[in-house]
Amino acid sequence: MILATATPWSSVSSLLLPALGQTAAMVGIVMSIVVALGLPLGLLIFNTSPRGLTPHATVHASISWIANLGRSLPFLVLMATVIPFTQLVVNTTIGIKAAIIPMSLAGIPFFARLVENAVREIPRTRLDVGIASGASVPQVIRTIQLTEALPGIVAGLSLNIIAMIEYSAIAGAIGAGGLGYLAVNYGYEQFDGHIMVSCIVVLVLIVQIVQFGGDRIVRTLTH
Amino acid sequence: MIEVTALTKRYGSLTVLDGVDFAVQAGEIAAVVGPSGAGKSTLARCINLLEKPTSGSILVDGRDLTRLSRRELRSARRAIGTVFQSASLLQRLTAAENVELPMRYLDISHSERVARVRELLERVGMLHRANHYPSQLSGGQQQRIGLARGLALKPSVLLADEPTSGLDPHTTSSILKLLAQLRDELRVAVVLITHEMDVVRSVADSVARLHEGRIVERGSVAEVVRSSDSELARALLPLPPGPAPRRERAVWRLRYERPDVDPAWLTSVGRELDTDISVLAGLIETIDDGGAAGRMTVRIERPLAAADVRAAFAARGIHAVQEGVTPSGEVERAEPVERGERERAGREREAVERAEYEPAELAAEREPEAAEREPAPAERAERRAARVRSAA
Repeated sequence: MILATATPWSSVSSLLLPALGQTAAMVGIVMSIVVALGLPLGLLIFNTSPRGLTPHATVHASISWIANLGRSLPFLVLMATVIPFTQLVVNTTIGIKAAIIPMSLAGIPFFARLVENAVREIPRTRLDVGIASGASVPQVIRTIQLTEALPGIVAGLSLNIIAMIEYSAIAGAIGAGGLGYLAVNYGYEQFDGHIMVSCIVVLVLIVQIVQFGGDRIVRTLTH
Repeated sequence: MIEVTALTKRYGSLTVLDGVDFAVQAGEIAAVVGPSGAGKSTLARCINLLEKPTSGSILVDGRDLTRLSRRELRSARRAIGTVFQSASLLQRLTAAENVELPMRYLDISHSERVARVRELLERVGMLHRANHYPSQLSGGQQQRIGLARGLALKPSVLLADEPTSGLDPHTTSSILKLLAQLRDELRVAVVLITHEMDVVRSVADSVARLHEGRIVERGSVAEVVRSSDSELARALLPLPPGPAPRRERAVWRLRYERPDVDPAWLTSVGRELDTDISVLAGLIETIDDGGAAGRMTVRIERPLAAADVRAAFAARGIHAVQEGVTPSGEVERAEPVERGERERAGREREAVERAEYEPAELAAEREPEAAEREPAPAERAERRAARVRSAA
């Protein structure tokens, strides 16, 4: 019988802080990739739709299908499925680097859909204002779609960050490091109540802060 | 100026616009009216080329916009400013930024843009709201900004698509006053698309009625309301339902044919014919040319020869038609005017037929009136059943 020996409270922070840093790094890197690729993908999905600026049924159907594919698998399954691809891209299947690939693959289509929804909320006549004034398609996207949809996109961003924090914890199970790894390896498998509680408290706090901060920004952006 | 010729728009087998022609001169407000589904919004979207017409041409200052490539079109469409329904301002831009927006698509220097925005905001009386966001402005103020934005690129044609929809009557009239002022000061050709007849009456120089994708009636507003009893004329000067029995002999429909009808005609005709005249319904208004336009329903209380009554009114510039059936039993109708004679005469007949075989839902509105005449409920039910049958 193994006796649970909890890490003394005084040393919890020495484990917690590096894990927090790893989680932040993972989510930060993933979110940069997600925004860089998900934003154009979302705009493309909307603008090739019948209501978009350059409707194109075939293109719309194919990218829409790909985006759905990325969102249809539970993250754990996706992570396992893409291991060969991960190996190919980052040359390893464990650790932070390896976690970034499946997290991005899950995050990009998720963010693309959020962007698409935010842009879809803009009434058609506001796009017509730009076109009727002689704006090119990129000009309409920049000055009208992105400007008007910004509060919605920011709201999607906080939603996406929270989802990625959650995924980073799942990725912890394959040794990606971070708070999830800490909670599973120390808290769960070694019955370390202190670590478990600390991880939970920190995760809850982060999520609350991201959501609260996101909402605040959305409010200031909305006129 | 803008000249639209044989404009046709089809979506598959559905023809939405069918050979629409009209021209608007600089300094003129031309209204296009019609019920929902007549093709008004498609016409608006074709004029500012948000939709490509299937065929026909749109000449702005002598240049056919329908024949331009996408690239040429982008710069050419700047000759047409658009004022959108409910302004359609960008919510995250201030009033000034909204007005500036079209200029940002061109290579106009920052200082020039700032000066132009200031000038436009001043013109529409909104300089004091330059840094407000649309959500902080009233509907009327938003539409003033919309007007300023439509004028930002100094267009020669201003397309106003239902610019007053959703505004209260007071705000509507202030927006229309502004529109007329801009027409006079900037000499723009204004195409005003609307379904509100009050708007047409108070601001338009000419009017065209769109029906199932065709222009079926047109003319200057003064001409339409004074020289015909067409559907458009009746819509422009609608007569409230009067208290008279519908088919009574001595009921006359009157129309002002001249702008300078002496307002004392009621007493002077009465004196001349030695009869009382009961006013049953009427609408008299000053229209855009400063003259009066009016429609009335009156009852001549003493039996008189129809020709004498007609002559007495005609001498005062009033066209008079006796309602109902002549002694010989023929359906009496207004003398047809030259333009669209046959079509209009056909409509008149239709109108009379409608009056006789009125659909049930219209009849239902008049039920209280019928009740006064015939209080017996059983008889009423029977009549209603008869109407439903004839409507079916």
